[in-house]
Amino acid sequence: MRLVTRIFSIALVGFTLAMAHSAPASAAEDGSKVPMPSPSKAFKGEQCVEPVETMRRDHMLYLKHQRDDTLRDGIRGEKYGLNECIDCHATKSPDVAGGELRTIEPFCGECHAYAAVKIDCFECHTGAADDKPKQSSSLPIDHGELSDKAMLMSMMENYLDKGATK
Amino acid sequence: MTDRSPTEEQNVDLARRRLLAGAAAAVAVAPGVMLVATGASARPKGVAADANKRWGMLIDTRTELSDWDTAIDACKTEQGWGGGNNPATDPQWIRKVAIRNKSTGAQATFPVMCQHCENPPCVDVCPTGASMQRVDGIVLVDKHICIGCRYCMMACPYSARSFVHEPVHNQRPHMPRGMGTVESCTMCVHRVDKGQQPACVEALQAKGSNAIMFGDLNDPKSEISRAVSAHVTRRIREDLGVQPSVHYQGI
Ligand code: HEC
Ligand code: HEC
Ligand code: HEC
Repeated sequence: MRLVTRIFSIALVGFTLAMAHSAPASAAEDGSKVPMPSPSKAFKGEQCVEPVETMRRDHMLYLKHQRDDTLRDGIRGEKYGLNECIDCHATKSPDVAGGELRTIEPFCGECHAYAAVKIDCFECHTGAADDKPKQSSSLPIDHGELSDKAMLMSMMENYLDKGATK
Repeated sequence: MTDRSPTEEQNVDLARRRLLAGAAAAVAVAPGVMLVATGASARPKGVAADANKRWGMLIDTRTELSDWDTAIDACKTEQGWGGGNNPATDPQWIRKVAIRNKSTGAQATFPVMCQHCENPPCVDVCPTGASMQRVDGIVLVDKHICIGCRYCMMACPYSARSFVHEPVHNQRPHMPRGMGTVESCTMCVHRVDKGQQPACVEALQAKGSNAIMFGDLNDPKSEISRAVSAHVTRRIREDLGVQPSVHYQGI
């Protein structure tokens, strides 16, 4: 994308997103015709892999970095993997596979359509979530697991603050 | 097939290539810490592939013929290729090759796929750096930067690579595939990184066959290293000096 368009679209999306959560998704309040993007809420997880503001702006950098790390250097199981995004962000939509499958396209497509970004990732990567039970996922997206982790963390902090409990 | 080792001329050529590639450093052979038969173990998160390893295969051609169908089907299922209706152009990651000695009549059938060469010609000719070799010897296509020029297919002495001519649907989550790029056997890199064996090897073992052995050729204690040092094996077109990681026994 040319720099000018790039800056313009960042500004545009930045502005829009600042509004997105207060404004209705269907149309801008000032009466303009283009509905603002409102990516659907994550299917799983309490937080994104980075703060939401960072993700909105820089998700493509994390993804491109991760894909080289994984494919070329063999680094696996890291949080910026595309399959991780899919695991949390894929949603059911009546437009895709008759609403049967959870797919990522609606989530990524929402802002991209608005900012005129075209990505080819899902010509190769499946956008469908793999909801079959897994042996292990590299992220504790499962709530049970999350609360275990949280408990461990607080025990750890306790220990660091007060020393071992008798 | 002859047993010639690379000629002097070829050695000079290879040395020059290595020097040009800046990869003149000798690879130290570090014995694996773990005593797993294959030398394969799951790498922890965030750790890159290990340059001390050299993944390889040993294919025993004297096994039952049906074994090769097992291996090929396992590959298709794992990686999501096959099932097209244009045999001339459909991608083929692994195929059966039959040879016959004209003077004695002896025959053999064995699978041929990417031979994961130590000096891969496909990597030399790639204009974008998409055709690449991981530090542990696995030769891959980085489809993110593959422009589909197919030089690598021309350069490969084993015709091991395919070009994807048609749009692909229902890809496996671990194996993205798409039109306009080149692909070939990845030695199931996504499984190897988890400490598992390639799908073909596992499928054969499940039916009690050891026709394909997988492991670390750099680890003298691995089953494959012991096998290749105990029996005479050969590599296809050894005369080219590309040093494949796939050894064959029985041809
Ligand atoms: C653990 C689950 C999880 C994972 C993994 C995850 N996200 Fe998120 N993501 C969230 C949550 C939760 C939010 C907050 C907004 C919400 O609830 O939808 C969010 C927000 C976002 C936003 C901002 C959306 C908005 O409404 O403006 C973007 C962009 C985003 N994620 C991209 C990604 C990308 C790209 C990846 C993969 C590298 C990824 N996420 C991985 C859970 C996740
Ligand atoms: C031509 C096919 C193709 C296209 C297009 C493609 N990828 Fe990939 N991608 C692959 C292959 C092959 C792998 C390696 C998979 C493996 O070894 O596990 C991969 C791996 C990755 C990985 C690391 C593994 C994972 O699932 O997290 C990331 C991240 C990634 N790609 C991101 C992207 C992004 C972002 C795009 C779009 C800008 C994209 N890819 C487009 C083929 C493709
Ligand atoms: C919050 C809105 C939003 C969401 C949600 C979103 N994107 Fe983006 N994305 C953008 C914007 C805006 C750009 C263009 C930014 C620029 O050009 O600098 C972009 C650019 C990209 C690019 C770079 C494209 C290029 O041509 O360089 C990739 C890759 C990408 N996004 C992947 C994804 C994926 C994968 C998802 C879904 C997991 C996703 N994005 C979800 C807003 C979003």
